[in-house]
Amino acid sequence: MKFGKVLFAAAAATAMSTAAQAGTLDDVKAKGFLQCGVATPLPGFAAPNAQNEWEGLDVDVCRAVGAAVFGDASKVKYTPTTSKERFTVLQAGEVDMLSRNTTWTFSRDVNLGFEFTGVNYYDGQGFMVNKSLGVSSATELDGASVCVQTGTTTELNLADYFRSKGMSYETVPVATAEEGAKVYDEGRCDVYTTDASGLYSLRSTLSAPADQIVLPEIISKEPLGPLVRHGDQQWGDISRWSLNAMIIAEELGVTSANVDEMLSSENPEILRLLGAEGNMGEQLGLDAKWAYNIVKQVGNYGESFKRNLTDSLNIERGINAQWKDGGLLYAPPMR
Amino acid sequence: MSAETAQNARGSGGASLLSDQRFRSLFFQALVIGLFGAFLLFIILNTATNIEKRGISTGFDFLGVPAGYDIAISPFFEFKATDTHGTVFWVGLLNTLMVSILGIFAATILGVILGVLRLSPNWLINRIVYCYVEVTRNVPLLLQILLWYSIFLGLPSVRQSISIWDTFILNQRGLIVPEPIPTAGFMLVPICLVIAIVGSFLFSKWAHKKQDETGKIYPVLMTSIVSILGLPILAFIVAGFPLEFSYPELKGFNFQGGLSIKPEFTALWFALTLYTAAFIAETVRSGIQSVSHGQTEASEALGLKPSWTMRLVILPQALRVIIPPMTSQYLNLTKNSSLAVAIGYPDIVQSFGGVTLNQTGQAIEVIFITMLVYLTISLVISAFMNWYNSRVRLVER
Repeated sequence: MKFGKVLFAAAAATAMSTAAQAGTLDDVKAKGFLQCGVATPLPGFAAPNAQNEWEGLDVDVCRAVGAAVFGDASKVKYTPTTSKERFTVLQAGEVDMLSRNTTWTFSRDVNLGFEFTGVNYYDGQGFMVNKSLGVSSATELDGASVCVQTGTTTELNLADYFRSKGMSYETVPVATAEEGAKVYDEGRCDVYTTDASGLYSLRSTLSAPADQIVLPEIISKEPLGPLVRHGDQQWGDISRWSLNAMIIAEELGVTSANVDEMLSSENPEILRLLGAEGNMGEQLGLDAKWAYNIVKQVGNYGESFKRNLTDSLNIERGINAQWKDGGLLYAPPMR
Repeated sequence: MSAETAQNARGSGGASLLSDQRFRSLFFQALVIGLFGAFLLFIILNTATNIEKRGISTGFDFLGVPAGYDIAISPFFEFKATDTHGTVFWVGLLNTLMVSILGIFAATILGVILGVLRLSPNWLINRIVYCYVEVTRNVPLLLQILLWYSIFLGLPSVRQSISIWDTFILNQRGLIVPEPIPTAGFMLVPICLVIAIVGSFLFSKWAHKKQDETGKIYPVLMTSIVSILGLPILAFIVAGFPLEFSYPELKGFNFQGGLSIKPEFTALWFALTLYTAAFIAETVRSGIQSVSHGQTEASEALGLKPSWTMRLVILPQALRVIIPPMTSQYLNLTKNSSLAVAIGYPDIVQSFGGVTLNQTGQAIEVIFITMLVYLTISLVISAFMNWYNSRVRLVER
């Protein structure tokens, strides 16, 4: 016991002595690139294209932070993570931030030592089945075999949903979306469940996408967003406001095409955003043109959404529209 | 302290200490232990510091929290999502033990058969076994597991199941057999089984003693087999067949009722068995070959029957060579079972070490417990095999 106390005291002393170390921003700047944790290929959110460059809605958040920090959205390296290993990778410091369709929950925010820095996609969990089964509602799924990715909130919602409806099911755990698509295609499970966006994305990778239907029930709230390690406020702010800048840019009508003209806009909010007025960049520890670079190189939120989700996967804006248009996107004002 | 001892012993100081062999060896041992201790201390402190700094909560309280997710395979008791992470641990442990123990049994039987066939004078048989051994033990186990899994997934779908008298159902979601449900009076059967086993054991001891005293030989093996099989069957008949079966029935998406053996389990079990059997076959072959042919000739000259020659002369000498490498094969099989995670068989690594770790975020605690489990299982197997080894060891005079 005595040894344990000595050990603990020593640990505490070391903790105090190392608390004043350099922040993540300095580390990232010293490295010369941002290391961003993303999904194992999930088309629309994070997947390498034909030129082997990562693209997707989540990837664009990484690129926005890269543009804000370096003025160059391409200074980002990607670490594909499974749902199981994503948190360990971030905790261990192997990535600087995680932008990986991860649901913001209480325990992840509080207990795991993370800080969610916004929501880039409001999602909800749904079910996909083969049309030939003749199922039209999730309430008819009693006794089905369900494929689900392990270590996700999806897995917990699934258990809750079936329990609350008094239905039984067989769980078939899979590690990645790709593996899940394969097992579902083979027929090991009747139902695939994940966030609705993930279902549309997954459907595009199946052998017969047209034979699948997504059931109308959405059984959970899944606010997906980027997260960083708890405790580095400055880095958290950079991540949060890079995303907000994309959302605000859309709200103000600033796009990658017109951003240069907007520099001479009459609207003071636009001028603050683009760094022509005020010292927002300096307050974040970044260049004055940080948000200008984001919009110029990555585009605003709407552009990113259209490019990654609407054009290729036919996903509508839905609740992910701006608040003015009846959606949930609502960034705090830039002032 | 070691320096003092050495100094007192020698009664000299400084330079001559280095030339003192005893002092030198003590010094370097102390140095190595010290460095190792410092390394451990550094790791522990570093971990504690980083956990503290990142605000990650620690402790084992999570074991009492409801797991919230379901596990498909829990053959020994029913697992519900409302059960705790502590229960997940037991489910995972039992699943690991189940596939390991069944794997060890099957691999031993298959391995011994293959090992003996490998020595067959029939050219075709021993070449076939040779090819099997070389192919199986040189293809990575993970690939074999994935191969078997895709073979099982390639079976007919639920609606096109292969059905034998509507009793045995085979499809890509597993093999479903009737589930025996004991009714009143069934307890008589296991009781009789225990009585038969104890009886056979006592009889064999008594027969050995008699043989030592009088030289008369009793049919121990036959008596044991007949009583161990016969007595429970007799009890079963006397109790009036106290067993009902629940038959599988297609309802909705899946077959309900019956006992379902999932493809995840079967694929893992097959792969582990076939892979390890190849190694065991080689061990058995080398063990038998290590006994010189002179031994066989000598025992024949004494007039022993061939079966006795094998049991009393060859095997005891071969086992001396076979047992130690066999132990490591058993340990390998147990540890290899953790590859279950690749196909979603809920062993301890997949369920507790994977999903629970992820849902609770208590990585260090979970990995620590999981490592402890494998260490314990391995030490138990090791201890048993060492005990067995010392029993079959030749007593040299």
